[in-house]
Amino acid sequence: MSILHTVNKSPFAHNTLFSCLKVCTERDGILLLEDGVFGTITSAPGADELQLLIQRGVKVFALINDIKARGLEEKLAPNIELIDYNTFVQLTLDHRCVQSWY
Amino acid sequence: MGFILIMIFSLAVYAAPYSSQASHSAYQFALAALLQGHSVHRVFFYQDGVHNATNLAAPPQDEFNLQEAWQRLANDHKLDLVVCVAAALRRGILDEAEAKRYDKPSHNLASEFTISGLGQLVEAAVVSDRLISFG
Repeated sequence: MSILHTVNKSPFAHNTLFSCLKVCTERDGILLLEDGVFGTITSAPGADELQLLIQRGVKVFALINDIKARGLEEKLAPNIELIDYNTFVQLTLDHRCVQSWY
Repeated sequence: MGFILIMIFSLAVYAAPYSSQASHSAYQFALAALLQGHSVHRVFFYQDGVHNATNLAAPPQDEFNLQEAWQRLANDHKLDLVVCVAAALRRGILDEAEAKRYDKPSHNLASEFTISGLGQLVEAAVVSDRLISFG
């Protein structure tokens, strides 16, 4: 895999997720953290685009603590993997570099 | 027996505490990396991130104290916590030498943090396997 994109801003308030989705290739991964986890819910702006990328092979992750802190467990779109910080560290090593969209 | 590949990380923190979660995320990342046996070469505080280094913040005692957590981590793991000098001077984060140089009545750089130049971010990027930004 090549780039791990991290997005920490809510797609309800910022365009960073959309910018990320535009340049994300099929070998990349996307990690949603902090308010970025609002991008995981089915009603989020960009939810359809995100699912399209997942179908094309992009792996999408979200930090479980940030999901829980915002009470989003029951609202999640499918095929988003919930991870902890240990896996976050491992993901940064599984990819060639990390691109933070903030 | 398997072996653990030890990697070198550096982190860049661009956001002030309390205005965003970024510094706390960076701390949790650093903690997880260190507990996995990896090395953290440097944490570089830039732009509003320099506010993490004031020793005048007095958060409520029943709240998680992020600055104390950084200091403890730095002390336990010999972390290099570097604050960008140009960003710090603009925002009123001064060590003793800078306070003297600019004739200021006091200084407020917290212990375990040092003030240095942007070159330290470049150096961190060069020597580290991964540079992770938290903004």
